[in-house]
Amino acid sequence: MSVGAPSRRDALAGGALVVAFSMTGHARAQEARGPQKTVPPALPGSLKTTPWLDAWIRVDVTGQITVFTGKAELGQGIKTALIQIAAEELDVPPQSLRLITADTGQTPNEGFTAGSHSMQDSGTAILNAAANVRMILGQAAARRLGVAADLLATTGEGRFKAPDGRLAGYGELAAGLSLHVEAQPNAPLRSRQGGKLMGQDYPRVDIPAKVTGGQAYVQDLRLPGMLHARVVRGPSFGTELTGPDFAAAQAMPGVVAVARNGRFAAVIAEREWTAVQALQRLQQAAWRRTAPPLPEGRPEAGLSGASQDQVIFDKPGGAGGAKTVKARYSRPWLMHAAVGPSCAVALLRNGQMTVWTHSQGVYPLRGALAQLLRMPPDKVRCIHVEGSGCYGHNGADDVAADAALAALAVPGRPVRMQWMREQEHGWEPLGCVQVGEAEASLDASGRIAHFRYEVWSHSHNGRPMTAGGLVAGAEVDPPFPPQVPRPIPMPEGGGDRNAIPIYAVPAGRVVSHFVRDAPLRASALRSLGAHLNIFAIECFMDELAKAAGADPVAFRLAHLDDPRARDVVSRCAEAFGWAARRPSDGRRGAGFAFARYKNLASYCAVALEVEVEHETGAVKVGRVTAAVDAGEAVNPNGLQNQIEGGIVQALSWAGLEAVGFDAAHRTSFDWSAYPIARFKDVPRSVAVQVIDRPGLPFLGAGEASQGPASAALANAVADACGARIRDLPLSPERVKGAIGV
Amino acid sequence: MSLGWKTPAPPAAALALALAACTGGARLPPPPPQTFSAAEIEKGAELAKLADCQGCHTADGGQAFAGGRPLKSPFGTIYTRNITPDPSTGLGRYSREAFVRALRRGVRFDGAELYPAMPYDHFAYADDADLGALYAYLMTRRPKDRPPTPNELIPPANIRGAVAIWKALFFHPGRFQPTPGQSAEFNRGAYLVQSLGHCGACHTPHNILDAEETKKPLQGGVQEGWYAPPLNALSPASVPWTPERVYRFLRTGFDRDHSAAAGPMGSVVRELARAPEPDVRALSVYLATLMQPASAAKGRAAPADHAAQAAAAQPAGAALYAGACAACHDAGAAMMREGRPPLQFATPPQEDRPTDVIQVILQGVQPATGPRGPYMPAFAGTLSDGQVAAIAAYVRARYSDRPPWKDLTSAVAKGRRQGGQG
Amino acid sequence: MSFVLTINGRDHPVDASPETPLLYVLRDDLRLNGAKFGCGLGQCGACTVQVDGKAAYACLLPVAAAAGRRIRTVEGLGTAEAPSPLQKAFMVEQAAQCGYCIAGMIMRAQALLDATPRPTEAEIRAHMQPNLCRCGTHMRILRAIRRAAGLPVEAASA
Ligand code: FES
Ligand code: FES
Repeated sequence: MSVGAPSRRDALAGGALVVAFSMTGHARAQEARGPQKTVPPALPGSLKTTPWLDAWIRVDVTGQITVFTGKAELGQGIKTALIQIAAEELDVPPQSLRLITADTGQTPNEGFTAGSHSMQDSGTAILNAAANVRMILGQAAARRLGVAADLLATTGEGRFKAPDGRLAGYGELAAGLSLHVEAQPNAPLRSRQGGKLMGQDYPRVDIPAKVTGGQAYVQDLRLPGMLHARVVRGPSFGTELTGPDFAAAQAMPGVVAVARNGRFAAVIAEREWTAVQALQRLQQAAWRRTAPPLPEGRPEAGLSGASQDQVIFDKPGGAGGAKTVKARYSRPWLMHAAVGPSCAVALLRNGQMTVWTHSQGVYPLRGALAQLLRMPPDKVRCIHVEGSGCYGHNGADDVAADAALAALAVPGRPVRMQWMREQEHGWEPLGCVQVGEAEASLDASGRIAHFRYEVWSHSHNGRPMTAGGLVAGAEVDPPFPPQVPRPIPMPEGGGDRNAIPIYAVPAGRVVSHFVRDAPLRASALRSLGAHLNIFAIECFMDELAKAAGADPVAFRLAHLDDPRARDVVSRCAEAFGWAARRPSDGRRGAGFAFARYKNLASYCAVALEVEVEHETGAVKVGRVTAAVDAGEAVNPNGLQNQIEGGIVQALSWAGLEAVGFDAAHRTSFDWSAYPIARFKDVPRSVAVQVIDRPGLPFLGAGEASQGPASAALANAVADACGARIRDLPLSPERVKGAIGV
Repeated sequence: MSLGWKTPAPPAAALALALAACTGGARLPPPPPQTFSAAEIEKGAELAKLADCQGCHTADGGQAFAGGRPLKSPFGTIYTRNITPDPSTGLGRYSREAFVRALRRGVRFDGAELYPAMPYDHFAYADDADLGALYAYLMTRRPKDRPPTPNELIPPANIRGAVAIWKALFFHPGRFQPTPGQSAEFNRGAYLVQSLGHCGACHTPHNILDAEETKKPLQGGVQEGWYAPPLNALSPASVPWTPERVYRFLRTGFDRDHSAAAGPMGSVVRELARAPEPDVRALSVYLATLMQPASAAKGRAAPADHAAQAAAAQPAGAALYAGACAACHDAGAAMMREGRPPLQFATPPQEDRPTDVIQVILQGVQPATGPRGPYMPAFAGTLSDGQVAAIAAYVRARYSDRPPWKDLTSAVAKGRRQGGQG
Repeated sequence: MSFVLTINGRDHPVDASPETPLLYVLRDDLRLNGAKFGCGLGQCGACTVQVDGKAAYACLLPVAAAAGRRIRTVEGLGTAEAPSPLQKAFMVEQAAQCGYCIAGMIMRAQALLDATPRPTEAEIRAHMQPNLCRCGTHMRILRAIRRAAGLPVEAASA
């Protein structure tokens, strides 16, 4: 195996390796690399921003390898996939690796673990960093053993072997080396030569603890001397309690302190139950709205405000087809609704604030917390510890701020802060309401001649970059100005993510309307605007197919050029048995939908069958089949798990969820007021076909099935009983209303 | 009573009817769906909701109207029948006449007696057109081949012929009489309550042979282990019922000045939520009028909350309540901020018997109208009889001004048996 | 007040006010991680443990009512090294995403299997109805339960 690249060998020989170690943002232009520096080819993944190998991988003298990622385990199985990648490239047993995830004290800054980027960013970085490390170690082994590097082979347990059988262990080799060097973009990849670990269903490393009661979550953290806290608030975002009886709470036995700063307040107690009881005592106070009243009536009422409009796709011509179809789709406000309310542990000791958090972005959170606490950023450390699944920006950052503010009141003692259920429901940022309007004309042959789509949306990006992005930021005295919501630019997009049809349209126009001022608190919910846009476009494709008298799958294929897209659609249809499906009988039907997430990440198609109960409008989902192409599949079972989970969650969104609110507050305060799918509601079965593309880039799939699953449901209901429902959710009342007696 | 209640026909006539019924088998091929007009089917759909046909005739998770739901009675368990138009296991071969006869007189197509779990003593008061519309609706449902689940009855109830004797004793239907001088809405409500709505099937006391005590209409009865409180001057509600509050309750299963629909009332509300608004308004006007005297008497007293006295009197119950109930029911709980009624507004703690407090603790509350709505977990599996009794005693002491309930622990044991929580 | 709790076959003296929900005692005093706080309202099942063999919400069970009863938590089934058959089935099926709900799921499912070793699909779903999973791991949880019950792992129609 060849492990050398000339430039690297030269660089090693030249000893130009000692550069100040930095894990924060790295400006390539400022590197002092001397005359040999040429314009380097772009490094892949997060190596672009953190090129140092030792930021990703360290090998100690015993041979123990530690891998670092700035991404966080959110239940998506990222730890396992990254371990597989690193073990593959380093050719070591996966159990021997240590993996450190997002920690501002230890790991690279990879921003947020979001947008299905973890594999693209961190997976790619670790893949190439590990290949680099193996290459460097191989070169050292070559020198040590006096053999050409390309005659050495790795043994699979952390050693190089010369043709004559002599061995050199990674640990001894690393002892004489610094890995504090920049990655090379073209280190040869073992995985490209038929690895054994990537592409395998390696069991998730976190599951054994989770099924046996091991310590797995920030909620389980117990530090010596730890206190328990609850934050004191009104029922939902935009409200406050009026005159809670702090003296009464403070007087309760076991209450250690009531931390207050402006309108922020938290009770801190020796025992958790005491904190809960003290909170309930404080919540006896009346509450009032502090923000403008919420718009009542239809959920999209707030979208009628002033908008920033942008044409994001414009292909002139083609107007005036034979037939024109027009439709308007919407989704309501949706909740992340984690099963475990947000939690954090904070400790102020010797002027250093340490926060254990399940935030999706430890570095951005550190910045926001430093501002909030008025401390220098290097005095704040945020360490990611797993929480309950988040599905986007939920209360994780806010509760970290609440914990830190509470910890200021009891220096030296760790404070565990967990939100109550009603606080999670009431205060977490929501996925916003959206409306999409589609219009298309078909030519005489039944092909799309012109396609127009417009989408109205609030922001999908309220993640805290400043203290003003945290709930507590508006409560402390003086308060921090709220963050101004901004649209996320294309090609990824926010409200307009996936608003441009992936289908071949000869002419068309897509307009994105960003309505900045949102009545409720809005931020990122799994798949952002892609959920509604895919729902709208994929329902609309069915409506067009119907107008064209075409089969929905055939109609899609007729408008798809990308062979990978065609493959996913065909494979899904085939696995489902689309062509041979039974014709709808007024009650049973089948639906299909497809999308390429962001038009640049994973491809996913979903087909499913439903049965509609005529008397009640209840929709039962039977068999669900999906196909996914996420590039190279590091862990096919993990990928299936993500797609499956996304489908079940999206069917819950599409079938029954909507955040309720009146003029004064959110009325969805618990699971009885915001029900989600339970066991009787979920499909009979879900089967996911993985189309592996070894060697092709990782595309990330955590959000790929949300849109297609929702659209397939609506398409199946329309197929089953002729009722085309364009507003989510497809609640029994709505379905019943559409089908009549 | 004079508020549009039924005027009994002479027993002899009923007996004659019952006997006549034994002679005419009327099994015919099912009528084709085109027989019925859309308007008639639609009317039938509305009436089926007012009668909650689906609630009784649908097994948990089963196809609508295909039957199989267990109904507990003092004589064992009856499983409701398939009323889809399936020819062999459902209504498929009922002619319109046979169907009307079944609802009016409690006689199967083949002349066999129907158990009075089917409230034909109420349906007898429905007019022909309404029964015909119900027929049209049911005969256009999706047929389901679902054979009957055998009943589990004790003798002599397990002999169908015994029903004839029962009928001779207790089944004396008359005709609905509107109350002169009352509004059309009131009389519509009275008609529905007495006929298809069959409110008395639960809310009227039953004698030991499980027949309604027609002399005490709507004075409160027991059904499936729950107590259906009086809907007249005896109403124990701590806040007066108004037509608007009754309407809200019937429509949503919940009124913020009372409590949530639980037990068998849940499925009634699920259907009423989708029934025509004027009919539910009519029900509300009629029922609120019946309860008016109780409301007039209550109006003044503030609902009770004797927290300190109750804690002193029932310390064990108080501690259990604080850990098991207070997270939802005490001041400062999220539910209390969100318009769920505090317990002093709920009717069960005011009732003469502890039945409903016990059942609601044992069985909890499921949202009535869909997945969204008031919910309470069931404690049958986790709390012992003594613990449930202690909580009930505390709730009574804290949230009512009425005397303590007696023999609570045995009442809980009995409640478990009746509610199927054994 | 002091109580003796019988947890996973061992007696544990604890000191807590009588109303304290069992959940807090398990987590904070006895340092057991399995039962989780999800709602404190008996709505989600994250806190599910077994009391005298029945699945129970630990968040709504006062410690005074728990004393003297047989309490079983997920820690009492098996360990990562020696998992119980049901835990093993969850591992084989990779039945977790975030996993926050899983300990509760296992305890509720175990109560079903103890009473009904070969449940039907409808029985499984009805029994599991109280427990929520937001990650959408339901299909795998169902597979794991079927596997542990020795039933065909693929869904029969419900
Ligand atoms: S935490 Fe106990 S049921 Fe949710
Ligand atoms: S696995 Fe995340 S909540 Fe169930």
